Amino acid sequence: MFIHPVRFFRDIQLGIKNLMLHKLRSLLTMLGLVFGVGSVIAMLAVGEGASAEALNQIRKLGSRNIIVSAQKPSEEQSSANTRIRISIYGLLYDDVQRIAETIPTVNRIVPVKSIQNTGRMGKRTLDMRIVGTNSAWFDLVDRPVIAGRVISPRDEFDKSNVAVLTEHGTRRLMATESVVGESIRIGANYYEIIGVVRSEGATEGSMQTPDQQTDAYIPLSTAREHYGDLFSQMKSGTFIRELVELHQLIIEVDKEENVEATAEAVERMLEIFHKKKDYNVSVPLALLRQAEATKRTFNIVLGSIAGISLLVGGIGIMNIMLASVTERTREIGIRRAIGAKQRQIVAQFLIETVVLSFSGGLIGIGLGLLIPWIITQVVKMPTVVSLYSLTLSLGISVSVGIIFGIYPAMRAARLDPIEALRHE
Amino acid sequence: MPQSNSSQYAVRFEDIYKIYRMGTTEVRALDGVSANFSKGSFWAIMGPSGSGKSTMLNLLGCLDRPTSGKYFLDDQDVSTLNDDDLSDIRLKYLGFIFQSFNLIPQLTVEENIALPLYYLGWPNQQREARARELAALVGLEDRLRHRPAELSGGQQQRVAIARALSNDPVFLLADEPTGNLDTATSIEIIELLKKLNHEGKTIIMVTHEPDIARHATSQLFMRDGKIQKITHGLPDTPGATSA
Ligand SMILES: Nc1ncnc2c1ncn2[C@@H]1O[C@H](COP(=O)(O)OP(=O)(O)O)[C@@H](O)[C@H]1O
Ligand SMILES: [Mg+2]
Repeated sequence: MFIHPVRFFRDIQLGIKNLMLHKLRSLLTMLGLVFGVGSVIAMLAVGEGASAEALNQIRKLGSRNIIVSAQKPSEEQSSANTRIRISIYGLLYDDVQRIAETIPTVNRIVPVKSIQNTGRMGKRTLDMRIVGTNSAWFDLVDRPVIAGRVISPRDEFDKSNVAVLTEHGTRRLMATESVVGESIRIGANYYEIIGVVRSEGATEGSMQTPDQQTDAYIPLSTAREHYGDLFSQMKSGTFIRELVELHQLIIEVDKEENVEATAEAVERMLEIFHKKKDYNVSVPLALLRQAEATKRTFNIVLGSIAGISLLVGGIGIMNIMLASVTERTREIGIRRAIGAKQRQIVAQFLIETVVLSFSGGLIGIGLGLLIPWIITQVVKMPTVVSLYSLTLSLGISVSVGIIFGIYPAMRAARLDPIEALRHE
Repeated sequence: MPQSNSSQYAVRFEDIYKIYRMGTTEVRALDGVSANFSKGSFWAIMGPSGSGKSTMLNLLGCLDRPTSGKYFLDDQDVSTLNDDDLSDIRLKYLGFIFQSFNLIPQLTVEENIALPLYYLGWPNQQREARARELAALVGLEDRLRHRPAELSGGQQQRVAIARALSNDPVFLLADEPTGNLDTATSIEIIELLKKLNHEGKTIIMVTHEPDIARHATSQLFMRDGKIQKITHGLPDTPGATSA
């Protein structure tokens, strides 16, 4: 009987007792393992956190969406002599047509024209982003409708002066909740508020959501009529003029697996008709790749630390156990003389090693909870410590104990009882 | 396995040799030893240093195997058993008492006494009860929770004796049990062994002190790995007879 229940628990007790006899030594011996286990847990927590974050982002952005944004080219310089510069860039009304007609995997396209302006209700004002778009926006940027309705195809056709505000925006503009039916002045125009939606609008993570906290959605047709395509702005004494037809396209792809190929097709299509790279194609799904890349980097760094720590920890444990066997040669002789079998001596020392490594593992878990917490606090990186990683860590600890404990234990068991008894 | 009462002998040695080869030279630690140790006897093994006493005791204690010859323990031939079986024999039929007590320092008196029972797989309660009983037998019932280091030499040897008795062995083996003790304590220990012998325990003890050997019922003198002579009671003791 290798493991006898009575002896097993006594051996654990005895193991703890022997380790408590040399508290500092045991603690130092465990250190390698503590760091190893801590790294393993931290590594998994960062990986999990990155994945969870990416999934959350994708949920906000739409996993079948491709987002094409207008981007002012950095080298964009118009005729150098004039004091008035006009930058012409961004997406074109024709782009919508071309993409919709030539790329079969595209379901729908939401064009976005955005203008910064001031919204007024009564005495309150708010810097807002006017989003000229169509009814499909509310399907592709799927947010709960809190009150009223969203823009309809009819509104687009009629070029009606209607606006959908965000929950955040209405709170800033009005004390009361019931804004539907009220009118808001944005710039020089009045709009009837027809509905309120919730907004994500956060810029956290590596990709911006299409919506912002203080959006006012109006029909694209209305926006074109009210604001045109030319925007003027004073910037450090220079009048900056920009000619932008559309600021953004949100493209819905038929299937998730077609998203990346479609994004490439869109990119190629735009390349043909845009002389400069005045747009940027981003794929929310790519966030997952990015998260995986983050995960890999962390896994390589922390995995190396973990591996080295576990190895060093294991060797440390083996070293201490070999010293312990030498110190306790006499004890081994006594036990053998009394009638302990070799395998019972193996069990005793192995259990003691595993008690040591298991304790190291427990302390390591403490460290493993602390490291991700610090990472979250300092680097603002989300981390998730899973139960699985804790179980895995304890498994690793026990394995390290067994792997590095077996040799000292075998050495103890193979001692000649007569020699061992003679040992001083 | 030995069967109790099957033989009048606890131990029989038949032409036992133990030869150590060191390169080209060979040392005959035991050079053809035949001896019977009957049940209930109390033996003192004597002889000069290097005469083979310890070798003999190690063989008797199943800690070693003879180079040749047969060793019967309670009529079972144990000279060819493997390590595990020898461990079992030691665990079930033998009790050891050493010159340097050999208690395990991190265990309490009670745990030291009960150590063989632990390997025999006795449950906690029975182990504790037996340890208390034996501690009382050797007069240490109030020291159960103490560590060996907190006891005097004589007390430690009593604990060792209690431990040797815990498995109710066929015989006790003692290697210079009084070697580390002063005269008064030596007498106490030898009296305890005598008492155990009177109660029927077979004891085989190595000693080089005639004063101690005299207390045994029989004496075996070793020289150069051979039995030189056997007496029953030392020559200067009244009633001693030579073999
Ligand atoms: N392991 C060993 N290897 C070689 N020689 C040994 C060994 N053990 C004992 N001897 C030799 O055997 C002889 C008997 O030793 P031992 O039984 O210890 O004598 P005693 O106990 O009577 O002093 C001695 O010459 C000793 O050197
Ligand atoms: Mg000797």
